[in-house]
Amino acid sequence: MKSTVWYRLDALAKNLTPFGITLILVLVGVVPLFLPVYARVAPLLPVMAVYHWAMHRPRLLPAYAVFLIGFLQDVLTGMPIGVNIVVFLTIYGVVVSQRRFFAGKSFLISWLGFALVAAGAAAESWLLVSAIHVTLVDARAVLVQYLVTLGCFPVFAWFFLSWQRSVLGQG
Amino acid sequence: MKDPQRPVYRIAAPIKNLAQRFAYMGLVVTAFALMLLGRADTVMVERVRAHVTDAVAPILDVMSRPVATANEVIDQVRELVDLRAENQRLRQEKARLLRWQTVARRMEAENGTLRAMLNFNAVPPASFVSARVIADNSGAFSQSLVLNAGAREGVRKGSVAITGDGLVGRIAATGNRSARLLLITDLNSHIPVLLESSGIRAILAGDNTDRPRLIRLPQRAAVTPGERIVTSGHGGAFPPRLPVGVVASVSESGIRVQPFVERNHIEYVRVVDFGLSGILALPQSTRPVAKPSAGQPTPDP
Repeated sequence: MKSTVWYRLDALAKNLTPFGITLILVLVGVVPLFLPVYARVAPLLPVMAVYHWAMHRPRLLPAYAVFLIGFLQDVLTGMPIGVNIVVFLTIYGVVVSQRRFFAGKSFLISWLGFALVAAGAAAESWLLVSAIHVTLVDARAVLVQYLVTLGCFPVFAWFFLSWQRSVLGQG
Repeated sequence: MKDPQRPVYRIAAPIKNLAQRFAYMGLVVTAFALMLLGRADTVMVERVRAHVTDAVAPILDVMSRPVATANEVIDQVRELVDLRAENQRLRQEKARLLRWQTVARRMEAENGTLRAMLNFNAVPPASFVSARVIADNSGAFSQSLVLNAGAREGVRKGSVAITGDGLVGRIAATGNRSARLLLITDLNSHIPVLLESSGIRAILAGDNTDRPRLIRLPQRAAVTPGERIVTSGHGGAFPPRLPVGVVASVSESGIRVQPFVERNHIEYVRVVDFGLSGILALPQSTRPVAKPSAGQPTPDP
């Protein structure tokens, strides 16, 4: 009897890790690194996490969890509250609806998918922020940030995949 | 256990699917509602933001420490490498500063005499709090920092943040143990400034790039690159004559200013309460909606 309780607790803790990892990445994303030009080109870590978990384990990262992550990102980055929620939910919705297409495809396809989704996300946040401030925000920094995020994706995808294989198992 | 052939699941699955879709749409609509609310009720949204930031501040504080320590070590190694050159430079600077010291002493004495003659009331001394930067959100969409000091330490909304180099920005919101510092490069930052040598008044407007623009200059004002920019003190939000930056470029598209403070090197800031309230200190009950998030509420042309 006791062993099943422990087993369930263990499973619950493991199942919370996709949400936890994404949350930690939001925090890591705002920690100052004091590197020249880093802040302007810092990769958007939560975008990668939401993309990955939406594709591989959407049950463990439900839409309301994505909402919370977007909310925290908005609060901490000083952006108008709601922008990142909408952007993250869009990524989530698009990826979950296209899951079947990506199932069993190579990593290159997944990266290509990320390139498209992240481009859409960058354009969406640029549009929303520009609309809220009623002025055109400088788009060059957005583009650079997008490219850096795209370049960093394989590293993080590898980390998510190995975490998934070693901790979450098949499911 | 879940057998898709069983009738319960055949009916339940589509319903569950539909419910999930509704929940998803509900969340998206809520997010848009939050955006509109953020435009309408700035005060409430800022308060929520301050509370959440406060809650996360201790975690950020801990997370930012190893990075800061690693950077210090790297800096120390770098300093060791060019010790000789640095020494040489400091000697030269010392000689230069000694000359300035003589000038300053003479002027101080002169100033004292003149003040005594005029019966001049000196400005009250400012109080300050030193704070560490625990989060850097300077991206394409906003330029702000989170500090590890808040209302508890005496940081007030509207206080001015400076480093040894010059003006950094001002406090846009305070929590209990954290505060949000709006940089002069942020889109919402508008600061009344003076061109130091010519005395021309202008507004320094951030646009989320590293070099804010100089706007609202008088017609045909002659501006040359390299001219120093200081705060003018107009509007009562900033004290006069705080160093801000130098004119970096003058072109058809506008005048750009290079701030003295290099943003990537801001590890600690001094939050100074000059006792200036400016427009920010208006009671919230009288101006609940039209309150700007920070900076000078000068509309963009």
